[in-house]
Amino acid sequence: VDAREKLRGQAEFVGDLRIPDMLHGSVLRSRCVHARIASVDTRAACALPGVAAVLTGADLADIDPYYGHAIRDRPVVAIDRVRFAGEPVAIVAAESPATAEAALTLIDVQYEELPSACTLESALALDAPLLHTGPVREGEAHGLGKLPERRGNICYQYRFGSGKTERVFSEAEVVVEGEYTFPSVYQYAMETHTVIAQYAVDEIVLWATAQHPFLVRGEIAALFGIPVSKVRVVVPYLGGGFGSKSYTKLEPMAVAIARKAGRPVRLVNSVHDAMLTTRRHGMRCWMRTAANNDGRLLARQVTLWLDTGAYADNGPRVTATAGDAAPGPYAWNAVEVEALCVYTNLPPSGSYRAFGATHLQWIGELQVDEVARRTRIDRLDLRQRNLLRRGGTIRPGARPLDADLPGDVARVASAIGWSTPAETPKQVGRGIGVGVLAAGAQPVSTAIARLEADGQVVILVGTTEMGQGARTVMAQLAAEQLGLAVDDVRVRGTDTRFTPYDRSTGASRSTTVAGLAVQRAAQELRRRVLDIASDVWGVPADRLQISGGAVRYETEQLSYPDLLTRYFGMAGGELIAHGEVRPEAGRGSFASGPVFWEVGVAAAEVAVDADTGVVQLRRVFTVADVGKAINPLLVERQDHGATVQGLGNALFEEILFDEGQLANGTLLQYRVPTTLDLPDVMESLIVENADGPGPDGAKGCGEGALAAVVAAIATAVADAGVHVDTLPLTPERVWRNISKEG
Amino acid sequence: VSLAEVGFRLNGRPTRASVRHEELLLDFLRDRGLTGAKRSCDAEVCGVCTVLVDGAPVSACCYLACELDGRDVLTIEGLVTLPAFAVLEEAFVRRAAVQCGFCTPGMLLTIHSLLQDAALTTEVSIREGLSGNLCRCTGYRAIVEAVVDIVAAVDRHG
Repeated sequence: VDAREKLRGQAEFVGDLRIPDMLHGSVLRSRCVHARIASVDTRAACALPGVAAVLTGADLADIDPYYGHAIRDRPVVAIDRVRFAGEPVAIVAAESPATAEAALTLIDVQYEELPSACTLESALALDAPLLHTGPVREGEAHGLGKLPERRGNICYQYRFGSGKTERVFSEAEVVVEGEYTFPSVYQYAMETHTVIAQYAVDEIVLWATAQHPFLVRGEIAALFGIPVSKVRVVVPYLGGGFGSKSYTKLEPMAVAIARKAGRPVRLVNSVHDAMLTTRRHGMRCWMRTAANNDGRLLARQVTLWLDTGAYADNGPRVTATAGDAAPGPYAWNAVEVEALCVYTNLPPSGSYRAFGATHLQWIGELQVDEVARRTRIDRLDLRQRNLLRRGGTIRPGARPLDADLPGDVARVASAIGWSTPAETPKQVGRGIGVGVLAAGAQPVSTAIARLEADGQVVILVGTTEMGQGARTVMAQLAAEQLGLAVDDVRVRGTDTRFTPYDRSTGASRSTTVAGLAVQRAAQELRRRVLDIASDVWGVPADRLQISGGAVRYETEQLSYPDLLTRYFGMAGGELIAHGEVRPEAGRGSFASGPVFWEVGVAAAEVAVDADTGVVQLRRVFTVADVGKAINPLLVERQDHGATVQGLGNALFEEILFDEGQLANGTLLQYRVPTTLDLPDVMESLIVENADGPGPDGAKGCGEGALAAVVAAIATAVADAGVHVDTLPLTPERVWRNISKEG
Repeated sequence: VSLAEVGFRLNGRPTRASVRHEELLLDFLRDRGLTGAKRSCDAEVCGVCTVLVDGAPVSACCYLACELDGRDVLTIEGLVTLPAFAVLEEAFVRRAAVQCGFCTPGMLLTIHSLLQDAALTTEVSIREGLSGNLCRCTGYRAIVEAVVDIVAAVDRHG
């Protein structure tokens, strides 16, 4: 519904907005990795003509300046100490961006360097410098129950298990064991983080690139000590999110400097600054898998360490989701998982599409392949024998498996021609990746449907349109209930002044959870329309029909505008209905979830050049197991996008740090996939089993495919004779690991 | 502040402006409300700031406004007024080739330029032609399919 506006360049993004009297902000970032701030002298910067205000940690003395939706560990700007190179130390607001930049060079910061821990190994060492001390302050939106105490630099730990793991491993006929490394990667939403903040007497207003406007509102209200109803967050179109704009990012800084300047201030991240703002967790992982010679998978044990950087951001939830993804969707006799979230002196890590699952699925699937190789059983066959069936247990106490995984795997295997071997098996490898991802976040959404006097419907819902097609799907769901064309339904961006609460836009929850709230609101509106028409005609509502924007009874019809005129006794007026979704048992804790298990199933075929180590993805198939495809074309497009991001994650993307300093902070140095990287064949296979909790049995998609594609590529490269234990599979790494086995 | 006087055509309209010597074309356009060209990488990599100068795609983030003198600039705001736009729009809508929309204006300008040169004959040439415009949402498949449709439509109608 919004494609034409976007095609014409008329869709407004935050960066396109101009607020009267707006200043331009610029952020001074620490050059030190870990240091005490001895002094900050801003006098010269303040004196520069055109500078309206300069803010440092000292300006935050009248508020509780720490935020974090999971752990309140992060100051708005550094207070006394910096914990990573790139941490904001001061903010300038000036009449022009150039003046703001110039003023930054006039700020004199004296640092006293501290010992640092820029890798997982150094952060976990016994004598490691501690990034945070004192009691853990819980944030409001982690949904993880009571957080455990911090141990050294371990800010969160998640563990579960069942069965007698040690005994199963000691008696197993086949044990596969390995250590693995997953790189930190950059989400690269093309629109970088952008915020305009205005601090007025009675209201804080933010125009923000926020996936979760209501959670941002809550954090800003808590920080600045005012009621949430006095914080207004407006989110127009979002130029991609992929998790990078989830939770709170630049908003606290923007509000703080606007408060000091007394005028609206805009902050815009460069790509470099965006990489310093959030990234995907790098990870080390140890895993072992036990099986018998007959190909029965017996047990899995996993320990993983995620590098969350200097502040927790979404690290705890990423850790829990990684833990849930660690066993893989197989029927185990025993499982033991320990997932640890570790502070380091690096920029904070947060959400990125299919977090946790992308980290783990390739590792588990490599081990399943190795079991197949040792037991001489076909890899597909081994999976089909051991995969969990519908209703199986992924994690004790969690929602049982709500999908047909063997059916999904059969679909991709058939599509790639698994039973027909590749023509040149030495250079060509094939792989299958199977996994599930805890999805849906906390299922709390509300929506309002307004039937206007002209017969058009307006939907107010807090889901952020960021390219996933949420507005189109919401319009479709409402149009269907009310017998309208999709173009007669309008869905606009969130403005928390008017739009009702929605927890967040992420975890593939828009269609499933917010969509259900919209469907319920539209159903209520439909009931009201029918009741009114029933009174007008004096016939029971169940004998009436709705179509073409009118209520019909036998040969008579009453258009919505006429209906409203009859009801209100004049032209004008409107009907309002609402819908809500909340957890079934009123719990909503992540621990009792997830809302659904998002399926990630893919098959890939790669060609490996033994002379150069270059891997070419030739064909790739993904399953979109969506329960019900409300808009099949948009479902396929979600999978395609996830596939190409997966290709980048698997083959070449990696954020590099040199002793804590970001080393490849431009798109010249950090390469993302282009049209030249496209595989010859890329297909999404839609599966509709109506087994989701959303409207008409729908469930979310668009994330699982990323994890599955990474796993399918990694296993395919291994199938071509390359030892794989570290991503990305760059030509050099692949070439070295062919030679080793050579 | 030293200013340069430049005269050029902006979306077909003769335009005179005083620009700072260091002023980038992208800032020049966006400061005048032509916000269809977006900013992202600032390094001539991503293509979201693509505009056409004398028919050729340039990254406005790396192009000086003072070099416009005597040239012809086309932005998305101008492209939508041309008859050729309808074919692009229909193909992109039909193929669901628009997701977040941030890369879309630049992508359309590149395609429009490539079509003028009749350089798009095979899918390989389409992929090569679009390799300077990044998209993070679609995985490019939909965009390539849309351009295949556009090429076919242009061939049919001359």
